[in-house]
Amino acid sequence: MKVHEYQAKALLKEFGVAVPKGDVTGTPAGAREIATRLGVKVVVKAQVHAGGRGKAGGIKLADDPAGAEAAAQQILGMRLKTPQTPPEGILVRAVLVEEASAIDRELYLSMTLDRARSTHVVMASQAGGMEIEEVAAKTPEKIVRESTHPALGLGDYQARRLAFGLGLAGDQFKQGVALIRNLFRLYLAKDCSLAEINPLVVTKDGRVFALDAKLNFDDSALWRRPEIVELRDIHEEDPLDVEASKYSLNYIKLDGNVGCMVNGAGLAMATMDIIKLAGGEPANFLDVGGGASPEQIENAFRILSSDPSVKAVFINVFGGILRCDRLAEGVIAAVKTLGLRLPVVVRMEGTNVELGKKMLAESGLALTPAEDMGDGARRVVELAGRAR
Amino acid sequence: MSVFVGKNTRVVVQGITGREGAFHAARCKEYGTAVVGGTSPGKGGTTHEGFPVWNTVEEAVQKEGANCALIFVPPPAATDAIMEAVDAGVSMVVCITEGIPVADMVRAKHFLAGHQSRLIGPNCPGIITPGEAKIGIMPGHIHARGPVGVVSRSGTLTYEVVHQLTRRGIGQTTCVGIGGDPVNGTSFVDVLAAFNDDPETRAIMMVGEIGGTAEEEAAAFIKAKVKKPVVGFICGQTAPPGRRMGHAGAIISGGKGTAAEKMAALGAAGVTMVKSPADMGATVAKVMGR
Repeated sequence: MKVHEYQAKALLKEFGVAVPKGDVTGTPAGAREIATRLGVKVVVKAQVHAGGRGKAGGIKLADDPAGAEAAAQQILGMRLKTPQTPPEGILVRAVLVEEASAIDRELYLSMTLDRARSTHVVMASQAGGMEIEEVAAKTPEKIVRESTHPALGLGDYQARRLAFGLGLAGDQFKQGVALIRNLFRLYLAKDCSLAEINPLVVTKDGRVFALDAKLNFDDSALWRRPEIVELRDIHEEDPLDVEASKYSLNYIKLDGNVGCMVNGAGLAMATMDIIKLAGGEPANFLDVGGGASPEQIENAFRILSSDPSVKAVFINVFGGILRCDRLAEGVIAAVKTLGLRLPVVVRMEGTNVELGKKMLAESGLALTPAEDMGDGARRVVELAGRAR
Repeated sequence: MSVFVGKNTRVVVQGITGREGAFHAARCKEYGTAVVGGTSPGKGGTTHEGFPVWNTVEEAVQKEGANCALIFVPPPAATDAIMEAVDAGVSMVVCITEGIPVADMVRAKHFLAGHQSRLIGPNCPGIITPGEAKIGIMPGHIHARGPVGVVSRSGTLTYEVVHQLTRRGIGQTTCVGIGGDPVNGTSFVDVLAAFNDDPETRAIMMVGEIGGTAEEEAAAFIKAKVKKPVVGFICGQTAPPGRRMGHAGAIISGGKGTAAEKMAALGAAGVTMVKSPADMGATVAKVMGR
């Protein structure tokens, strides 16, 4: 799960990680009021779940409260388009108004899971403000990595090594060590999957703080972090994804016209792959879970078919223990209830598969049984092509 | 021969009084697995759907000689269940539970490092040696005994490949689902090493997916050590970067973990790569000269 920069910074502050003074607002008048309160030059930043905001016009400097109001007027309500947003952009509903600082140096700090070592890793670099992937590819020697202990966490000596690696000295070194330790405490306490400060800045007056902040959270741990769930902004998610998550369906909208409904994540990905190999484009990833109950099938169908770009649907269910006659019953009921007119190709395996196929064929609905995955993919791509 | 589990495996099911636990304990037993009973703290001394219930894994080990734990405990208590089983001294722990917090698995994996037990999973279908022991949620009837070792990060996609093999008359030595989470107990490399050493296994089918570097590590190992033919498939060739495709582990980040990279690494290691998931069984048949 992702959160906005202003929400991330509020958490940072709670854990003693220094951030610029500022506040969030949804109106230009609010921006003026915050700038008046701060009494210094400010930065007005669009709050959307995407990077690359600066280049897209989502971050503006203002000399005074009137300037802040004008900047907020421009940013609020715009559809911000960056390489990380959908092509139509994301509507900006809030801006963060912060004190502008005279920056001396821009650094980088992040924490995430190191899958190869099965533990958390802290990375720091003096090349701040750049994409870390780019730094890692071009100048890997500029990144300092500290692998934390799985049970004991980040040692103070490791925090010091990171701070030295950032080129910090004297009072800034002390501030840096405290910041790294506190951020790691937050990372663990809130089950983050990523904590990234880019840039971490040293100001001309000697302060060290998080100029930007990105926190992602482990979806599997949200049940024990209700305070994080509160921060979810469904405006930032695809409405169909949000609807699917209500029914524990794993749905991701894609650009093609072949809707897919599959049980199991691996088989769902493989189904997308085979549609592409058959010359089609998948309209979505949809995992209905290993069991695929009739209710799941109906909800999945409703969500799938509400995407207007879907021209044909491919159901690929490897039931195993699941009975295919029950699956067929669920599919037939869902198609009838929803009055679905789309062609549907069904590939299923499991107990009573012959009976299931017979039920589909005799239903009088536009349901085409498939022999196997390859056959199903060929048929559905052909049907989607015809509907165009 | 078989890998990791077989006729002598005696299974205790943790969370046997839950719906999933009870259902699958019965299916495993039906298949012929020696399921000695289960645990449910506080319900020790009772029986549940014909299975004896103990308070602790330790009791099942002492009284029934359990040497394998199969876990259906919900995510909040799942890593504790793993550690209990390991502490009780079972040599094999199979964790089916999906949705365990990553930070919990980091600690559990560290705990395992100081012990001899092997963990398979979490978030996996389990492990089966056809005709001997089914320890997991996979449909037993699609499997057949034979010469191919199967290892996969996925659940239903594993059933798909097994089905394709069995339909062609090609059986399996053992099928291992290592799970779709970013931190898991048993890696591709562990299973490949076991198949490489198993005289009955004559070819290996490996099903990977996007995210992480487990397939690249497997490629390095295959190149250096594996003497048997390996067929590989990577799902998620069409997955967009930055989106989590169901499995917590299946996410392409920063241009890393793509299917193309993994296919190239495995191909360079001498693995016969399959492009279409419909051709997995046929390709194994081909490399085995059938």
